[in-house]
Amino acid sequence: MDPIEQIRALATILRKEIHRFMRIWMQTLIPPAIMIMLYFVIFGEIIGSRIGKMGEFDYMQFMVPGLIMMSVISNSYSNVVSSFFGQKFARSVEELLITPLPNYIILVGWVLGGVARGLMVGAIVTVVSLFFSELTVANWPLAIFVVFLTSVLFSLGGFLNALFAESFDDISIIPTFVLQPLIYLGGVFYSITLLGEPFRTISLANPILYMVNSFRHAILGASDLASLGISLNVAIGMILFFIALFSSISLWLLNTGKGIRS
Amino acid sequence: MSALSIKNLKKVYQGGLEALRGIDLEVEKGDFFALLGPNGAGKSTTIGIISSLVTKSSGKVEILGIDIDDNHSLAKKKLGVVGQEVNFNQFEKVGDIIRNQAGYYGLSFREARENTMYYMKKLDIWDKRNEQARKLSGGMKRRIMVAKALVNKPELLILDEPTAGVDIELRRSLWDFLTEINNSGTSIILTTHYLEEAERLCRNIAIIDNGEIVENTSMQELLTRLEVETFVFDLQEDISNLPKIENYELRIENPKKISVTIQKGQGLNEIFSLLSNSGIKIASMRNETGRLEELFLGLVESTIKEENHGPH
Ligand SMILES: Nc1ncnc2c1ncn2[C@@H]1O[C@H](COP(=O)(O)OP(=O)(O)OP(=O)(O)O)[C@@H](O)[C@H]1O
Ligand SMILES: [Mg+2]
Repeated sequence: MDPIEQIRALATILRKEIHRFMRIWMQTLIPPAIMIMLYFVIFGEIIGSRIGKMGEFDYMQFMVPGLIMMSVISNSYSNVVSSFFGQKFARSVEELLITPLPNYIILVGWVLGGVARGLMVGAIVTVVSLFFSELTVANWPLAIFVVFLTSVLFSLGGFLNALFAESFDDISIIPTFVLQPLIYLGGVFYSITLLGEPFRTISLANPILYMVNSFRHAILGASDLASLGISLNVAIGMILFFIALFSSISLWLLNTGKGIRS
Repeated sequence: MSALSIKNLKKVYQGGLEALRGIDLEVEKGDFFALLGPNGAGKSTTIGIISSLVTKSSGKVEILGIDIDDNHSLAKKKLGVVGQEVNFNQFEKVGDIIRNQAGYYGLSFREARENTMYYMKKLDIWDKRNEQARKLSGGMKRRIMVAKALVNKPELLILDEPTAGVDIELRRSLWDFLTEINNSGTSIILTTHYLEEAERLCRNIAIIDNGEIVENTSMQELLTRLEVETFVFDLQEDISNLPKIENYELRIENPKKISVTIQKGQGLNEIFSLLSNSGIKIASMRNETGRLEELFLGLVESTIKEENHGPH
């Protein structure tokens, strides 16, 4: 396939993926909006005032970047895992396998689909937040860059999960038992600096910590990174490293036919 | 040049099942070829390997002279496949399913739209283009599968039981359609359990059984090899007992119908005169369908027997 044909095929996959999550918008685009509203009501109004400040910020102000990241992460992941597993389950992955399409186009197509959903949900959550709080963004390019990379990484994660999954149970195990805890313990709701040892050091092994804090840094202009002695470059380097790792594994698995060819 | 060339193809599935035990197959360009065999013989496995849904254990496959390992992309471009089972997202609209398939092949937007329209109209599903696929009947879904396989205008079209569970009318229209496509130069391979279908459409045939090709010849040659033929006579009047006629094995099927099995070379004239001498009036006569069936059973019988006599 020449490059133009590959791009056409990629565009077809992406268009179909966007079409899919738009078609089921009640399950894909509305829940994050409702979630953020509930957080605002509970933590902003009812509990937030009792918690007081987190560093120099209101609790809700502190939490918004984390909540945006949480939505981006879980939506990117679940978009790819359910779409690609669904495609495997319905055998419609065969539609791609019988064509001359190289495997990396399949991977990039699904990842971009996950990114499209991640970014759209991120935008929705951001817009809703604007109704409840004054959100000023310190560094727009950085914010968008971090959201994009995070979305790519978790789309890749969802893709890997879908390759290994053999049943619908398998696509909910990782999100529930791995992803959710990592997100909740990744500094979305609290500053890592509040933790005593050894929990503080253990938390440093959580990759989500770096993404949430890089993003918080972009929005608020301040985050845990400085007090942990980690530069922004290192944090972003970590994300890039995981992207490289996950995409190599995915491609290698696709080339061996894991989970898609018998 | 061959449309398809398979050499010593083997497949052992994970878990150790030996689905193909080294098959060889040549299908000429422009041919209409039937691949027959009982359930589990390895037909879909073979097609799966050709279309890279299944990884082969060893052997060589060439599509129109192009090795699928050496030039995967070019080989696949020339191939269209209708799978045995429905393999599209049933929640999508029929038109989108087919147009997306064109997109996966890298066709331009315009070409994709044109080919989609052309084949959907040809297969009489154009007015369903905006319906969700899951709302269509099984026969309609088959047509979606066929349109999808053709949207790239392949030079070799492989169909895995395209007429399974399809009513007579649709089956005939599909036959006509495939014949037309074949006449316009597309090589076609199909698997089927309807021997009548193979006999009617195909010029050459291979029979696969238990992962091995047990027969590979022209349809004509195969049919001339038939030793016996059965004819059915419909009678004008009821009969209750048959006259004894030497050398012929007559049977009463019902009071108005008798049948006779004759050896090859044994004429029909004699039986006509013998019957009319006995006062039996014949209204009509026909060849019992399923001539091929007898042969088929003969060829795969050995394995059936083995299975039946194996440990229980
Ligand atoms: N994915 C798989 N894993 C393990 N064994 C398989 C797999 N697919 C098929 N088989 C086995 O391989 C053998 C050949 O199957 P195949 O589907 O090729 O048969 P077939 O000739 O197409 O039969 P049918 O007429 O029923 O469609 C069977 O014994 C089948 O059980
Ligand atoms: Mg089969």
